[in-house]
Amino acid sequence: MNASLQNRLSVPAAARTQVKPGARIGPVSVPAPVRIPASENSKVRLSQICLSYRTQTGERLLALDNINLEVKTGEFLCIVGPSGCGKSTLLHLIAGLHPQTAGEVLIDDKPVQGPGTDRIMIFQDHGLFPWLSVGQNVEFGMKMKGLPRAEREEKTRHYLRLVHLAKFENSYIHQLSGGMRQRVAIARALATEPDVLLMDEPFAALDAQTRDLLHDELERIWRETGRTIIFVTHNVREAVRLGDRVVLLTFRPGRVKSEFSVNLPRPRHLEDPEVALTARGILDELREEINRSLEAEYAAGTKPRIDPGAEA
Amino acid sequence: MKRAVRYIIFYGFLFGVWFLLAKLKIWPPYLFPTPWGVWEELYGGFRDHTYFIAIAVSMKRVLIGYLISVVLGMILGLGISSNKFLEETMGGLLVSLQSLPSICWWPLALLWFGLSQNAILFVVIMGSLLSVTLAMEDGRKQMPKIFSQAGRNLGAKGFKLFWYVLLPASLPFIVSGLKQGWAFAWRSLITAEMLYMSMGLGQVLMMGRDFSNMSAVIAVMILIIALGYVVDGVVFKGMERRLQSKWGLAPAV
Repeated sequence: MNASLQNRLSVPAAARTQVKPGARIGPVSVPAPVRIPASENSKVRLSQICLSYRTQTGERLLALDNINLEVKTGEFLCIVGPSGCGKSTLLHLIAGLHPQTAGEVLIDDKPVQGPGTDRIMIFQDHGLFPWLSVGQNVEFGMKMKGLPRAEREEKTRHYLRLVHLAKFENSYIHQLSGGMRQRVAIARALATEPDVLLMDEPFAALDAQTRDLLHDELERIWRETGRTIIFVTHNVREAVRLGDRVVLLTFRPGRVKSEFSVNLPRPRHLEDPEVALTARGILDELREEINRSLEAEYAAGTKPRIDPGAEA
Repeated sequence: MKRAVRYIIFYGFLFGVWFLLAKLKIWPPYLFPTPWGVWEELYGGFRDHTYFIAIAVSMKRVLIGYLISVVLGMILGLGISSNKFLEETMGGLLVSLQSLPSICWWPLALLWFGLSQNAILFVVIMGSLLSVTLAMEDGRKQMPKIFSQAGRNLGAKGFKLFWYVLLPASLPFIVSGLKQGWAFAWRSLITAEMLYMSMGLGQVLMMGRDFSNMSAVIAVMILIIALGYVVDGVVFKGMERRLQSKWGLAPAV
């Protein structure tokens, strides 16, 4: 049993820990960064993250408000929230693809400055390169790193085998199904051997059967590789199915509303009554936020958009 | 095969009308060249190597000029598309400059470079640079953002990001601009060659004019069209086909 698994088993038994959202702190009034001391095994730490931007009408919009989060090495953390809560944006900040307005993202206690191959993102529409073959896609990160060719080829084959796509090394992306594309994206991300996988609703566009299959595969890969995973989804059931812990964000500005430890035995299944029951509890809180987001949309006079995935 | 039949019917008709008009002798041959006169010119021109030399000289010039404008245009286009100030100022200027025939640069080119190859090259570059720049700028904007995000995420930056991600990602969006740039380069070259004793196809055409040999003029015009057609059909069609098969795009009709 490896250290990360040990660590996961020692997650506090409290099934449901409520975290009071911090007092609203605008980006201007943020005090000098006082880092919350890191606990042991901390891999990713978000310290007082705020993000605001100017809308087209010129007003300042606070998208993320004082987010404090800690993710342990080897932990599988899921972030849920209504659409528009900034959960994807949060992943972009961690990936270093976008700067935050205030606060810090720390990896192994070092602040993040720009993108790095220790954190690889998996996008909802996979972001695979259509001009490269499957094998070349998986190889891409290693090529950028400057690894020698022989090593690249060996690892490409290894990771393609891991996602059961060894036979498709020479195919092009458009020749694959949606599920296969996401598996290539996972292989491509793993091939750079990142410490942290950032997954942005990776299975949202897939059909239910494919998604079930990929849940199993992702869980297996996570167990085999011991990576830290931050997984964003609007599907609470999916979050409970996969995560050690589920963090619920509020609607605009995004704040941490509550945190839930999921201490169900693995492997889990979406249909497990315990999964459904736990999801139910989270969903009750999420529904408040969904209602707020709908009210905001009604008020703005736009067409109401109901997020079907949020209904577990 | 149906397509071949359509081609034969169309070009057969065109040729037939030409043949008939020439046979009817409505106009004297020095005003209206006959098909057999043009054929003799083509045959003679290739046999005494005049056309071979002219084609080689012209192709070399257009290739050099075009390659320079592709490289420059891509850098410029990328720069403009990634800088808001440049986009607003230079972007507009480039669009308006595009209405200027590149041969207008000829007098200045003569002053700057003298009566030389370089003056011709300059006109060729000015002819195609704008198309390539605008195509690159537009392609960069049309290109899905996710490619550059994924590339940066996987550790590509600076030149590597451009070479391995931005360039291939924008290729389907700029290929028509590259094609247009080629057509402009080719036209600018012929125009410039007509103004300067230069051994290229343009000069051979003007020689035909100087000797009142309209058959020779037509023969060179056919050569110019044929070369443009071959480059388009072989180089650019091939590129488009390769892109389509890799990206899985529906073939353009």
